[in-house]
Amino acid sequence: MSIEVRSIRKTFGKYTALDNVSLTVEDGCLTALLGPSGSGKTTLLRVIAGLEQADAGSGPILFHQEDVAKTSVGERRVGFVFQHYALFRHMTVFDNVAFGLKVRPRKVRPSREEIREKVHAMLSLVQLEYLSGRYPAQLSGGQRQRVALARALVIEPRVLLLDEPFGALDAKVRRDLRRWLRRLHDEIHLTSIFVTHDQEEALEVADRVVIMDKGRIVQEGSPDEVYDNPKNPFVYEFLGNVNLFHSRVEKGMAHFHGLRVESPQHETAKGEGGRAYVRPQDFEISREPLGESSFQATVQHIYRLGATVRLELAREGEYLTIEVELTNDEFRARGISKGDKVYLRPRRVRVFTDQEMDDSYTSSQL
Amino acid sequence: MEWDWALTWEILPELARAFRVTVAATIIGFSMALVGGLVLTILRRSPFRIISWPANFIVEFVRSTPLLVQLYFFYFVFPVEIPDMGGIFTSAFITGVLALALHYSSYTSEVYRAGIDAVPKGQWEAAAALNMSGGRTWTSVILPQAIPPILPALGNYLIAMFKDTPLLYAITVVELLTTAYQIGSARFQYVEAFTIVGVLFLIVSLMSAWLIRRMERWTALPSH
Repeated sequence: MSIEVRSIRKTFGKYTALDNVSLTVEDGCLTALLGPSGSGKTTLLRVIAGLEQADAGSGPILFHQEDVAKTSVGERRVGFVFQHYALFRHMTVFDNVAFGLKVRPRKVRPSREEIREKVHAMLSLVQLEYLSGRYPAQLSGGQRQRVALARALVIEPRVLLLDEPFGALDAKVRRDLRRWLRRLHDEIHLTSIFVTHDQEEALEVADRVVIMDKGRIVQEGSPDEVYDNPKNPFVYEFLGNVNLFHSRVEKGMAHFHGLRVESPQHETAKGEGGRAYVRPQDFEISREPLGESSFQATVQHIYRLGATVRLELAREGEYLTIEVELTNDEFRARGISKGDKVYLRPRRVRVFTDQEMDDSYTSSQL
Repeated sequence: MEWDWALTWEILPELARAFRVTVAATIIGFSMALVGGLVLTILRRSPFRIISWPANFIVEFVRSTPLLVQLYFFYFVFPVEIPDMGGIFTSAFITGVLALALHYSSYTSEVYRAGIDAVPKGQWEAAAALNMSGGRTWTSVILPQAIPPILPALGNYLIAMFKDTPLLYAITVVELLTTAYQIGSARFQYVEAFTIVGVLFLIVSLMSAWLIRRMERWTALPSH
C-alpha cells in the first residue's frame, strides 16, 4: 500500500507544525522521518494515521490512491506503535494483542479459536509467546515495545506507523530491536514509516530517509544519498559530527587553513565567504606533511571509544577544536600520543557559501 | 451517670429497625451517586457545549450549596411549585435518597474526573487505532484503569454520605438518630440511645473502610 500526502498544513495556535508538506512512500518501503524535536515529524506521522487532523485547505492523504483524509484512525486500518507503547495496563500480553480482534463488529470478528491462533502466531513472530500471561508492568522496555508491535500488526493493517519506536530503550536493546525490526520488515513487507531523531537509527534501518526541519521536508533519499550528498548545512550537521572551517570560495576552489580544496559546484564563485565541512572520519592523519593539501595541528585529547579512537586537535594559536576519528588499528599504526604535532589532510570536503547558508536558513524559515 | 443495661436491651431492636432505614438510604443513595457521578463526568467531557455546560453547572451548583437546603427544596418546595413532577417528592424517604444521590453525584463526579484524567492520552489513542467504538473504549479501556486508583476517594464519600443520613431527619425521615432522640426524650434517658447510635455508626464505618481496602487490593493493577 503506497502512501501519499500533498500540501499538508498543521498549526497549533500560532505555531506551525507542518508547513505545506508533501511526501510519497512507495509500497512495501520502510521510511524514516528524521529530524530534531519540533521539526514536525511526529505531527506528520499522526496526521497520516488520523490521530491528528490537518488544517483546512490541506491536500489529500492517499492510501493506495484513495483519499482517506476524512476517515477516522480506525477506518484507515493503520497499525500504530506509540512512543510510550500505550499498552493496556490492566490486560495481559495476550489480551492486549487479542483486543483489536475482539472488538470487531460481530460480522467480521474471527471466532474465539481463530483469535487465539492469530494472537499466538503474532506473539511467536515477535518472540514473546512465553510471556503471553504477563502484564505490561512485568515486562522490560524492549518486550513492551514488541507487544505494542504485535498489537498493531494483528489487525492486519494496511500500513505500519511507529512513533519513536526505540526512543525509551537503552542503547544495546535499541540496536538489537531496530535490526530485528528491519528483518521483520523484510519478512512481511508492510509499508512502514517510523519517526526518529537518531540519525544512526534512520540510516541503518530505513530504505528511505526523509529529513525534516521546522515543519518542512528538507531532503529525502536513500540513506547513502542523504549521507553522501547533504543538500544543505542543516542536513550535513544533523547527520553526524562535523568539523566546520570558515573559508573563501573562488572559481570552484575553497580556501581554508592554507589549503585549496576543490568544490566543483562553485565554479562561478567570486571570492565569497563560505563554510567547509569535514566529517571526523574523513581526515588522513600523518606525522609527515601530506603534500600541500595538509595542515599541521597538535593533539590535545585522545578518547578511546572501543573500535574507534577520537582525537581532538587544534592548530597553532587557535582554540577551535578539530575532531578526527580513526579506527583503532590506524591509531596504533601511527603511534600518536597527546601533545604530538601531526598533519591533517581532509579526504572529503563539502562547501556551502554564505549565500547558500542564508538560502537554506530562509527556506526552512518560510 | 449510670449505664442502664436493661434499657439498652429494650431499645436495641427499635434502634436496629431504624438503622435499617439509615443503611438502606446510604446504599441506595450511594449506588445512585456512583452512576450519577459517572454520567455527569461523561457529559462534562462532551465536545458539545450544550451538553457539557449544563453538566458542569449542575456539579458546581450542587457542590456549592448545603445538602440541608437541597433537602428542603426537594421536600417542601418542589411538590408545591411543580406539582406534575413533584409527585415523587411526597415520600420523605425517596426524596431524601434522591437528594443524597444528587448531592453526592457532584462529589463523585469530581473524583471520576480525576481518575479519568489520570489515564494517559495514549490509551484513548491506542483504543481508537484499534477501531474501538466510543462505548467500548470507556468500558474496556478507560474505566478499568480509572476506577481502581480512585476507590479510596469514593470510599470516603460513601462513609461521608452514611454520616450525613441523620440530616434526613429534617424532612421527617425516621432514621436512626431521630429514633434515638425520640426514645431519649420519651424517658429523659439519652445516654444509652445516643451511645448506641454512635457505636453503630462506628462499626459500619469501620467495616466499610475495611471492605474498601480489600477492594483496592483486588483491583490493583499488577506490577512486578
